[in-house]
Amino acid sequence: MELALQIRGLEKTYGNGFKALKGIDLDVKQGDFFALLGPNGAGKSTTLGIVTSLVNKTNGSVSVFGHNIDTDLTNAKLCMGIVPQEFNFNFFEKVEDIVVTQAGYYGIPSSIAKERAEHYLKSLGLWDKRDNRARQLSGGMKRRLMIARALVHNPKLLILDEPTAGVDIELRRSMWEFLTKINEEGTTIILTTHYLEEAESLCRNIAIIDQGEIIQNSSMKSLLAKLNNETFILDLDQDLKSLPDLDDLEARLVDEHTLEVDLPKGHGLNSVFTQLTAQKIAVLSMRNKANRLEELFVELVENKGAKL
Amino acid sequence: MNGNLLWVAFSTIVVKEVRRFTRIWVQTLIPPAITMTLYFIIFGNLVGSRIGEMDGFDYMQFIVPGLIMMSVITNSYGNVVSSFFGTKFQRNIEELLVAPVPNWVILAGYVIGGVARGLAVGFIVTLLSLFFTDLTLAHPFVTLSILFLTAVVFSLGGFINAIYANSFDDIAVVPTFILTPLTYLGGVFYSISLLPEFWQGVSQLNPILYMVNTFRYGILGVSDINVAFAFGMIMLFIAVLGGFSLHLLNTGKGIRS
Repeated sequence: MELALQIRGLEKTYGNGFKALKGIDLDVKQGDFFALLGPNGAGKSTTLGIVTSLVNKTNGSVSVFGHNIDTDLTNAKLCMGIVPQEFNFNFFEKVEDIVVTQAGYYGIPSSIAKERAEHYLKSLGLWDKRDNRARQLSGGMKRRLMIARALVHNPKLLILDEPTAGVDIELRRSMWEFLTKINEEGTTIILTTHYLEEAESLCRNIAIIDQGEIIQNSSMKSLLAKLNNETFILDLDQDLKSLPDLDDLEARLVDEHTLEVDLPKGHGLNSVFTQLTAQKIAVLSMRNKANRLEELFVELVENKGAKL
Repeated sequence: MNGNLLWVAFSTIVVKEVRRFTRIWVQTLIPPAITMTLYFIIFGNLVGSRIGEMDGFDYMQFIVPGLIMMSVITNSYGNVVSSFFGTKFQRNIEELLVAPVPNWVILAGYVIGGVARGLAVGFIVTLLSLFFTDLTLAHPFVTLSILFLTAVVFSLGGFINAIYANSFDDIAVVPTFILTPLTYLGGVFYSISLLPEFWQGVSQLNPILYMVNTFRYGILGVSDINVAFAFGMIMLFIAVLGGFSLHLLNTGKGIRS
């Protein structure tokens, strides 16, 4: 399968001597929904900046759908749409004009650009705001406007740098649905985010970058399979004064009717219910405690991937 | 990108630029109209009637071409420097940088946007001048071509200023400390033949003198300088400033990390 993005030996040293990237390699397959994660200042935005030609690289090579950005930048750019971290449109322009103008930069004539702007603004719930100035939009609307703008030339690869930062949960979920839909329709998506739940639920493959180096690069499934423990929260139908006996499982009482149980990898839940039932403790409901990816992320960044 | 796509990209930038300065017409088109009307009334009518003739024309007729040229220079420069710096400042330059628009198209788009505002203001000032004097074009081709080429030169100047600027102060420095003095000393209000020989020589180092005088030659048919030399010099300016602007864009100066 063709690679949507291929990065080899990418290095970036800024003018002040700071080495933001220390020779990273990365492959993103066509059609993938890929997460690029890392703590603040890890090198995510620098990587995406180089790919989209907003940042000059120091060394290495980048190809987008086989187009090397050093020798065939025009075709590489035609394949990409970028949703940056910061709002970067003209706040005084009208919403529709921003999208139509961006299409013009890709050589799309105004009549076609207007049709596409209408399609994407409607898809993202912004059509009613098309005559508003961009500065009049809410934060969530501004984020959606940047997605519409990035898609107007129908790119094969969409790069989103923290697209849901500061967006409320309802809106975030509607954006996830939209992104899932366009991914299913064939658009390759690369996403950076600090909401690890977002990466876990959307992305099939993942790379974690820290201090300019890739410390983990695998499928989401195989990464999550490396988790040694999972924590479940059980809501009980009665108040407990003391911790029930659960053999050798780690458990804690969060409050009188909430129990937290750590299950080692491969350990079934049945024995927990059997033991609680034997002690006449009924469980009303149960949920997974923490974002599993979050646990792994913290562990990887703290240990530079050594344990995994 | 093929020719058609390049044309769409170029015209998109120009339309955006024209839309910008027409949207804020109270800031861009009205002030020069008011300022130039005051010049016509005070220097042309009130003071000019006591000055008498300059190079064989009454003072109002003499200063009108200079004032039109002055408004074209300041507005073409001002349009590009403020628009491109604003684009950098708001980071929406990134919209252009991620798109497959060649740098020469970006430059051409901004320059033509600056020319459009310069010529629009020049047209307004010319219309206003007709309330104060009669204008006939002695050499129409010279008049229009020098107007266009001068607007190109100062649009390029504004572009370079915007690339180097890091703050709004930086975009005011060149117009205040360089452009305005050179324009006032560029023969807008007087013929350099009035100056002592030494200062005539110094004045001839001022490029704006050539632009103002060539434009005046196009309208009145008289000039302090050699018109052919002036055209050659302006073309050289365009080549040098254009080449340098393109070099700055290619290296990403001020716009890429």
